[in-house]
Amino acid sequence: MKVIYTDSLIIGGGLAGLRIAIAARQRGYDSIVLSLMPAKRSHSAAAQGGMQASLGASIKGEGDNEDVHFEDTVKGSDWGCDQDVARMFVNTAPKAIRQLCAWGVPWSRVRKGDREVVINGQKVTITEKDEAHGLITSRDFGGTKKWRTCFTSDGTGHTMLYAMDNKAIQLGIQVHERKEAIALIHEDGVCHGVIVRDLITGELIAYVAKATVIATGGYGRLYAVTTNAVISEGIGNAIALETGVAPLGNMEAVQFHPTAIVPVGILTTEGCRGDGGLLLDKDGYRFMPDYEPGKKELASRDVVSRRMTEHIRKGKGVPSRYGDHLWLDITLLGRAHIEKNLREVKEICEYFLGIDPVKDYIPVRPTQHYSMGGVRTKPTGESPTMKGLFSAGEAACWDMHGFNRLGGNSVAETVVAGMIVGEYVADYCAENPLKIDTKLIEKFMDREKEKISTLLSREKGESAFALKKDMQQIMMDKVGIFRNEADLSQAVEELKVLHQRSKNIALRHKIASSNPELVEAIRVPKMIRLAQCVAYGAMLRKESRGAHAREDYPERNDRDWLKRTLTFWKDENADLPEVQYEELDVMRMEMPPGSRGYGVDNTIHHPDTEKRVAQLEEVKKANPSADRFEMQRLLNPIEIPEKFRGKNERIGRGFK
Amino acid sequence: MSDERILKFHILRYNPQVKGDVPTMKTYEVKEAPGMTIFIALNDIRENHDPSLQFDFICRAGICGSCAMIINGHPDLACRTLTSKFPDGEIKLLPLPGFELIGDLSVNTGKFMRAMSERVESWIHDTYADSVDLDRLEERMDPDIADQIYELERCVECGCCVSACATKRMRDGFLTAVGFMRLARYALDPRDKRSDEEFYEIVGDDEGVFGCMTLLGCQDYCPKDLPHQTQIAYLRRRMALVK
Repeated sequence: MKVIYTDSLIIGGGLAGLRIAIAARQRGYDSIVLSLMPAKRSHSAAAQGGMQASLGASIKGEGDNEDVHFEDTVKGSDWGCDQDVARMFVNTAPKAIRQLCAWGVPWSRVRKGDREVVINGQKVTITEKDEAHGLITSRDFGGTKKWRTCFTSDGTGHTMLYAMDNKAIQLGIQVHERKEAIALIHEDGVCHGVIVRDLITGELIAYVAKATVIATGGYGRLYAVTTNAVISEGIGNAIALETGVAPLGNMEAVQFHPTAIVPVGILTTEGCRGDGGLLLDKDGYRFMPDYEPGKKELASRDVVSRRMTEHIRKGKGVPSRYGDHLWLDITLLGRAHIEKNLREVKEICEYFLGIDPVKDYIPVRPTQHYSMGGVRTKPTGESPTMKGLFSAGEAACWDMHGFNRLGGNSVAETVVAGMIVGEYVADYCAENPLKIDTKLIEKFMDREKEKISTLLSREKGESAFALKKDMQQIMMDKVGIFRNEADLSQAVEELKVLHQRSKNIALRHKIASSNPELVEAIRVPKMIRLAQCVAYGAMLRKESRGAHAREDYPERNDRDWLKRTLTFWKDENADLPEVQYEELDVMRMEMPPGSRGYGVDNTIHHPDTEKRVAQLEEVKKANPSADRFEMQRLLNPIEIPEKFRGKNERIGRGFK
Repeated sequence: MSDERILKFHILRYNPQVKGDVPTMKTYEVKEAPGMTIFIALNDIRENHDPSLQFDFICRAGICGSCAMIINGHPDLACRTLTSKFPDGEIKLLPLPGFELIGDLSVNTGKFMRAMSERVESWIHDTYADSVDLDRLEERMDPDIADQIYELERCVECGCCVSACATKRMRDGFLTAVGFMRLARYALDPRDKRSDEEFYEIVGDDEGVFGCMTLLGCQDYCPKDLPHQTQIAYLRRRMALVK
């Protein structure tokens, strides 16, 4: 039995995983990163548009600060997020971006003087201040009050990931590539590491660690069409679920991005609309102002995606052999801007659509994009029910996004969570010796070996590829942007059947070493279970919140549903996950539930909301001289690692 | 559609993990679909013809660099290569040369790129980088310099330049264009405090920039159109001026 020991074991080599490995290493702990592929190929690289941090250096970001970012994030989440976590996040984001700056990200900078921008379809001249020249600049994104999204052209994720991986290489952190974690090793509510399959040799290896971190990204590939990379299959989430001890949070919270190209679903960044691009229908008519006169194309993603779908349903879509779509028009931005700030978009249009977005409209449609749900964690990043198991980034439900994530907040989360959770992982390594009985390792190793040999020896059975296709189609058709009881309950029943069938997968190609069919056979049953968590959670949640939009329950119902869904899979033979709920305490909210300002406000309010609003007013009245920092401490005292507690400096206002 | 073509894929099959396996070319027929890319076609082959076929795709959007292979004689990213590009419908696929073969069309670029990064010390060299006060304003940078660095940082480590490099074929330890580009990127970055003498230590020999025969396959085949020719010439000149 091959066993590898380390202090912190990180599953996933994207931004979140690498940042945690760096944090642990810098505190003196050995870290190993497991990755399906070279770390620089992680899906983090695909984030185009940018990272939110309230630096406020650009003139259109003036007046921005942590509080404004906090408000946008909480509103964006439709009050589904954990406000303590959102607070930790907004306060740390400026530090994260400045650290990445020191580590080599070539952030686009403010250039003093006049420049022409497109706002609301009109060319406008804005003037950047002399004193801001050379600081990190920002662009507009949906659902934000200020231009807060910092960027490197439209290759932000790429440059962040390269800087991060290079930093990890500098520190000598080993990335064990082409290794897949297939089961967590755990006992009595403590995680001890993971059983790994080497994707080249097929060998099973036990990685034993003090702290194990799941940073495997989202589960977009549960859907037939998604912007996500092909490796975003949620396997990290699934191995946590399969412990029966660690819950997943809010799995039904799935984001659809308004502008993926048709038919292949590749993303064109929100930066297209942030920089002034418009959405047009089959008549070339700009329809968003009719639906959302305030934010128009730059309403929150969930809102824009729903409005687009509504508009298509009214017969205003552009017909195509792949179904109806709408147009994204960036022609008004001009060649120079597109070739400089939207060049990945241009390349994608040229290669996959054969069009030139400088002259042609881009065919787009809302498409699965982001997983708000994931491994439920405490603000420290640790599972509430399994010691030594941590999670961060898209894989986690740390819960700063609630039911809808703002554009630019995902890469921001990866690095901020990486910094914060990284410190707690290091603390855990300091406080906990490695203690494990090798019998336990053997037990898990034998179980996985047995499963694989069963797969390889079964003569006849189901095709993993076919099961996956069926699952992806069910999720597309019945667990999409608009949801309803009939579709969801059908999805739940159909997935149950697939789950049963997935116990009988057989291979055509029966070898244990590098074998894509075996990889699929191991993953697909896990993916089906995750799909069941999503569909079942969505069926049970009888309200609409953020990206979870129920046609039969259109109102946000704080009274009954201001709570987080937790799904467990305790009994291996069960047909469905077990669901519990975790209440969100209004009386502890810095920002009590209110209106997001889109469409008609039909919220059913929580009985505590009024009380909390009045209480906050009293606190404010009682402390008239408190500045915004003191006020935040009064309203929402948060724990944050010592080294990230400082105030953030901004041009023109110092540390205020 | 009545004019749907049957494409013929000729693919090198070889799995070094299986004892006794020998490299052979195998042909697979795939019905072409509108907008079909090699990514879609290879998955079709795996799902419907031969589930053992190995290849690497991740982003399938031309961003991650994992799917470079030799397509009808030229290195390129398979995910964004449309099958309609080939009028006779014959598509021959080989793994990228210059890298360790994992199996079929899958090669170990990761190992090579990690070694390259370690060799050129692909990170900001600044003793103060880890003691920067994160609360304070970041160090300013000329907006044009930032843009120029990004131009050189668009490399996705796909390996096309390595496979297209004749010098690399003759001299195994040759750094290749991906390494030169990385070095040029740091040499341009004011945050990196390395001197030209230090860069010379890394690339000032035949395994480095002076070994380049200037055949410029790198320039011809870079899927990101990076300015390899200019950067190699520039680096060579700059290195020649050291002492």
